[in-house]
Amino acid sequence: MRMELIQPFINAADAVFAESLQGPTKIVDLEMDENTYRRKGVAALITIKGDIEGRVILDLSPEVAVKVASQLAGVEMEASEQVVRETVCELANMVIGNSVTLLNDKGFHFKVSPPEVHMNEAGLAGSADTEALVICIETSCGDIFLNIAMRYLHRRRQERNAVPALD
Amino acid sequence: MKQFAALLRKDNQPVRYLVVDDSVFARKNLIKMIEMFGGEVAGEAGDGLTAIAEYNRSKPDIVLMDITMPQMEGIEAVERIVRQHADARIVMVSSVGYQENILAALQKGAKHFVQKPVKPEVLYEILRYVLSDDPAAAGAPVALAGEHRS
Repeated sequence: MRMELIQPFINAADAVFAESLQGPTKIVDLEMDENTYRRKGVAALITIKGDIEGRVILDLSPEVAVKVASQLAGVEMEASEQVVRETVCELANMVIGNSVTLLNDKGFHFKVSPPEVHMNEAGLAGSADTEALVICIETSCGDIFLNIAMRYLHRRRQERNAVPALD
Repeated sequence: MKQFAALLRKDNQPVRYLVVDDSVFARKNLIKMIEMFGGEVAGEAGDGLTAIAEYNRSKPDIVLMDITMPQMEGIEAVERIVRQHADARIVMVSSVGYQENILAALQKGAKHFVQKPVKPEVLYEILRYVLSDDPAAAGAPVALAGEHRS
């Protein structure tokens, strides 16, 4: 588990949820997962490819999504599949955008796929040979889950290992 | 809720904004802030192509432009708008705020950049700055939003 690659996502999620939902946030659960991810609600999957690779899943229940939508829009939103989809995508975009900024400024270059929304019952496959960190964040609108699996690209890792250590 | 002094044009009329973002929520959120600043929405668009058409139709004082959008991204839309309207005032609004992106947008003619989630006080200061450079729309705050506008 590469915490230096995962920490920016946690920091970004914390900052984005606190700012956009206008309330305190707290990490209430954190666990490692090597299995196929089972969604808690509606999930946005974002794939990252480049110097570092992996995927991030942002997952929340439809009820929480509608509360988040109302908070983001500043008006009460009616529950609908479209509202839920757009909310999950918008939250995922903000979290990923802010994380990408932090990682890019550290010198990592990579491409991020647009969020892919999953609402059906199927599980989401984990990345090969990469364990994921599953985090539950308590927000003013309810619990939001993040599942993060990141690793260095194999070629980059070899290049890093080939560099002699400095005295 | 924090109150802001209204940002007005030199002719004392509300500043007119074009809001461009593929997310309905992001647009609603920006519109809420525009109203807090005493502004008016001249138009909305969900992609770069529509933004160009809306700009030509509504001739706004300020454009708030997202970067990652379907059909045409924000940076390309900035380039095309500025090519036709050299005096266009465009502020990029995006969650992706790394230097490469910001530089690309500024090189194409954007005036400033603000990262999502947008804080009203940050956007307000940026708008004040961008408007202060505008001979037609001075942006001098004269009253609290919604008050004493003649």
